[in-house]
Amino acid sequence: MSPEPLVELTDVQFAYDLRPILTGIRMRVPRGKVVAIMGGSGSGKTTILRLIGGQLKPTGGRVAVDGAAVHELDHDGLYRLRRRMGMLFQFGALFTDLTVFENVAFPLREHTRLDEALIRDLVLLKLNAVGLRGAAQLSTGELSGGMARRVALARAIALDPMLMMYDEPFTGLDPISLGVIANLIRRLNDALGATSILVTHDVGASLGIVDYVYIVADGRMVAEGTPDEIRASGEPLVRQFIHGEADGPVAFHYPGRSYAQDLDLGGHP
Amino acid sequence: MIAVLDGGLRHIGARVVDGVWKLGCATRFTATLIARSGASFRRPQLTLNEIYFTGVLSLIIIIVSGLFVGLVLGLQGYETLKRYGSAEALGTLVALSLTRELGPVVSALLFASRAGSAITAKIGIMKSTEQLSAMEMMAVDPYGRVMAPIFWGGVISMPLLAAIFSALGIFGGYLIGVVIIGVDSGAFWSQMQAAVDLREDVLNGVIKSVVFGVAVTLIALFEGFDAPPTAAGVSYAVTRTVVTSALVVLALDFVLTSFMFAGV
Repeated sequence: MSPEPLVELTDVQFAYDLRPILTGIRMRVPRGKVVAIMGGSGSGKTTILRLIGGQLKPTGGRVAVDGAAVHELDHDGLYRLRRRMGMLFQFGALFTDLTVFENVAFPLREHTRLDEALIRDLVLLKLNAVGLRGAAQLSTGELSGGMARRVALARAIALDPMLMMYDEPFTGLDPISLGVIANLIRRLNDALGATSILVTHDVGASLGIVDYVYIVADGRMVAEGTPDEIRASGEPLVRQFIHGEADGPVAFHYPGRSYAQDLDLGGHP
Repeated sequence: MIAVLDGGLRHIGARVVDGVWKLGCATRFTATLIARSGASFRRPQLTLNEIYFTGVLSLIIIIVSGLFVGLVLGLQGYETLKRYGSAEALGTLVALSLTRELGPVVSALLFASRAGSAITAKIGIMKSTEQLSAMEMMAVDPYGRVMAPIFWGGVISMPLLAAIFSALGIFGGYLIGVVIIGVDSGAFWSQMQAAVDLREDVLNGVIKSVVFGVAVTLIALFEGFDAPPTAAGVSYAVTRTVVTSALVVLALDFVLTSFMFAGV
């Protein structure tokens, strides 16, 4: 991988109170690439995104974006860095009191002093990129899940970010919308010359569009590689995850007392 | 027995620690809110929008309630004053009750239920649907952009609403006392003018309503911000806003009244 990554996590630890969520996370995201962080629900992958975006601070290690340690920045420094980041939230997080147009115009109005005509052109340009120019005047309540995700994507790229982060972009989408979003992620990354980090548990949709994959389980990086390496992996946990097997290293049953103990049957130890 | 006692003590202890913890969080929230209020003044349009939502949209309930409270005050006041042969003092009674107490207190209670609950629900839902997080990630500070304008909008609206409530209440008292019952109009107004002091009564009423505006808006914002991001969490938060605001307004009213009118 490239010697100058845009995002680099070194031995990152994170804990809520005393409960460890992430331990010893090492990760490099080279410029211009699309990298996926995969793992089951609750494995800590969204936490990694929040650490990169500076919404959480690591309890140990270093999180660097474009050479700057995110957790050491002050409020102004962090906000300056975030102007160059875009994030797509799981369900879009559109502002429900604004129209589609106003949602996409929001970052432009907040961060630039462009005149209204230019803002209008830029918003239509961004909406055109996600195929929703015709929906500009709709309210957010009139959008389907897939459309809302695309509007949120247009809003996230409004300021042409250097780093795009996607938090579970495929959750709850029909196959067509899912394909549309997956294509957009790759196409926009290449068109904007950006770098993208994709947090997902959708193996099928993501392996086709990403350059590199990290797999997280129980707060640790358990595997990494190109999509082909991941597909060919003999590692039991990776195989279980990629093929969606119900039981394996990740147990089907939540840990607890034995079945016999719970049913109060005699003879158990 | 000891186990029950132990459990009870633990429970009380946990509640106290939780309460102190929450008070600490609320204080930090307030400090951050005020420190990042710059945008509310640099971009007055944001605060004006909130004055519309919290103030203008509360006008109907304030006007109707003010009028009815005035009507009832006029009726009850006349019945009582008549017994002592001083029905002309009706104007004084209505005006003093409204400017000193009922105006600020009742309009604050109405404000808490009409605007406070809406503020909590709005912030709670914005938080649970990650709209506040999204704003942060767009490098827009939700304190400065969303919450501070709501706060200042509430603080500005509250005394105006209380003033409108009192004015409508006095008009209601006039309607029932002078127009319907037939108390002398000159006596009604002149006694009121002589008895109501601008500083002692009106200004103190305004101070009260500003304090209530600060308290209710802060409680509403904090409860929304602190709500667990679930449907049940937001609905409990809305309930807590109305209940806590009502209790705090009544408690503050007692404290303020004892300072302001102790020597009167």
